[in-house]
Amino acid sequence: MNAGRPSSTRLRWWWVGGAALVLAGSLVAGVMVGPIRIPPIEILGTLINKAPFVTIDTAISDRTEAILWEIRMPRVVLAVLVGSMLSAAGAGYQGVFRNPLADPYLLGAGAGAGLGATIAIAYGPATSGWFIDPLPLAAFVGAIGGVALAYLLGYTVRSGRTAVTLILAGVAVAAFLTAIQTFLQQRQSETLREVYGWILGSLNTAGWEEVELVAPYVLVCLFAIFIGRRLLDVLAVGDTEAGTLGVRPGRIRLVIVVFATLGTAAVVSVSGLIGFVGIIVPHTVRLLTSSSYRVVVPLSILLGGAFLVLADIVARVAMTPAEIPIGVVTAMIGAPFFAVILRTSKAVVS
Amino acid sequence: MTAALEFREIDVSFGGTFALHKVSVGVHEGGWLGVVGPNGAGKSTLLRTVAGAVRYGGSVLVDGEAIDGRSQRERARLVSYVPQRPVYPQGMAVFDYVLLGRTPYLGTLASESHEDIEDVWEALEALRLTDFAGRDVATLSGGETQRVSLARVLAQRAPIVVLDEATASLDVAAQHSVLELIDRLRAERGMTVISAIHDLTAAAQFCERIALIDDGRVVAEGTPGEVLTESLLGEVFEPSIRVIDVDGSTVIVSLRVEEDPS
Repeated sequence: MNAGRPSSTRLRWWWVGGAALVLAGSLVAGVMVGPIRIPPIEILGTLINKAPFVTIDTAISDRTEAILWEIRMPRVVLAVLVGSMLSAAGAGYQGVFRNPLADPYLLGAGAGAGLGATIAIAYGPATSGWFIDPLPLAAFVGAIGGVALAYLLGYTVRSGRTAVTLILAGVAVAAFLTAIQTFLQQRQSETLREVYGWILGSLNTAGWEEVELVAPYVLVCLFAIFIGRRLLDVLAVGDTEAGTLGVRPGRIRLVIVVFATLGTAAVVSVSGLIGFVGIIVPHTVRLLTSSSYRVVVPLSILLGGAFLVLADIVARVAMTPAEIPIGVVTAMIGAPFFAVILRTSKAVVS
Repeated sequence: MTAALEFREIDVSFGGTFALHKVSVGVHEGGWLGVVGPNGAGKSTLLRTVAGAVRYGGSVLVDGEAIDGRSQRERARLVSYVPQRPVYPQGMAVFDYVLLGRTPYLGTLASESHEDIEDVWEALEALRLTDFAGRDVATLSGGETQRVSLARVLAQRAPIVVLDEATASLDVAAQHSVLELIDRLRAERGMTVISAIHDLTAAAQFCERIALIDDGRVVAEGTPGEVLTESLLGEVFEPSIRVIDVDGSTVIVSLRVEEDPS
């Protein structure tokens, strides 16, 4: 009887297919583009040879293979992980706070990571003597610490534990941590350039080591946000109504924030503070498809990865041999692109 | 008669001030209890206690069993709630909005089943909303959104329906048609309805029982004929209220009193 009727705003296969194609295209472009041109056939041959149980004869030199496998591939894979994570975390934050301007740095993750990185750069010991690099660790701990502080403050507010008090607590914590970070930066002005470069973000140092470091966090956190997407739709009607529909808004908010923050802290620790991705990608998905989080979250994961790979290509080649900080690129190409989408779309941003 | 819904000595306080004090009222299975009273009397607060949206002392009973300690999910299977100003998220399709009514039946990680989808279509059909399924819920008119809210209530399949000023923002004709709709659904499905209602004439015409609340206390409870009297309403609202019989229906109006120039 209901044949042919739409069965809710589920993911349409052509949306997923289109987003997957964009991601695949960006991956190919990301691997191909660089100072040394590598033909697609050689890329394909190298990738096949890296797969288990398969070997084919290629004329590719060891040097080219090293460029491809040791430099470009890990960088592209890291860009996908970072872009997907920041986009999904942004969508998650926008859902639990019902705020279109929410991004993964809303509750102090960015300010905390910035402070941690500044301390590591300005006061940290020489890296060579350490078992692990203190910079990513300090940024990771700073990001988690910033959000934990905001939650602690927001949950001890006597007037009530609401999303708004939590956001205000986040604003206060971020302002406080940024003030300390700026103070330390001013005191150690010789490290200013390095700190500033880290804050603007880069995938320059990416190797398989960074990928292996963040991939487990990112995959677990993406999965958690992905399976919470239906509950984000329930939260859209506000805490009171969501509660009367049988869910616990505070608990959902905590779980999503924990995973979004953990994933964000992990990627920020290796890429720096890449801004704008967490806002632009989910909103672009909303404007082009649907505002349901059952659609926004999975498509943001696919397109967030693609967006950052493409942004990284621009960062690498626009001013060769120098690199532009990727945070600058995401804003410079992201903002006009988003403006066009905003002007041409018939959809409304909630 | 077993009361399908009963409030026993409900206390609610905000910052040490009582919003409700020892409120005890009830309504039988399949009945319609209208809660009337001036602004700030505590009507919405009383309704929010049933839905578990506010902390309270005392007890709420459904079919004689206290539901106070039940989880939000269990409660949502018994009670559906439409607040005074429901949130209609921009960009959300009517279908998806009504689908939210199935939330109490879905596990945390589960997706809706074929049966859930069928329940939503059934609710949309009952309220003649099938043509609206793909529309953005935030772009509908006041009367349409009320029907969408009722469709969500139907999809939730809870035996008790709580409506907080469901028709407050509607014009007279739309208000009447929504109230008729609620009455029809109540009769067809045996739902017990409790609603806060400002329009005393509508309360007299649609509710089976009335609880008159003032300053957080029940002033009177009974049939519309027992409660909606000039003396009781004059005491709670203003003395100029008149209760008039028009072709067998009760009409309640407030007369303008000319000030004495002397």
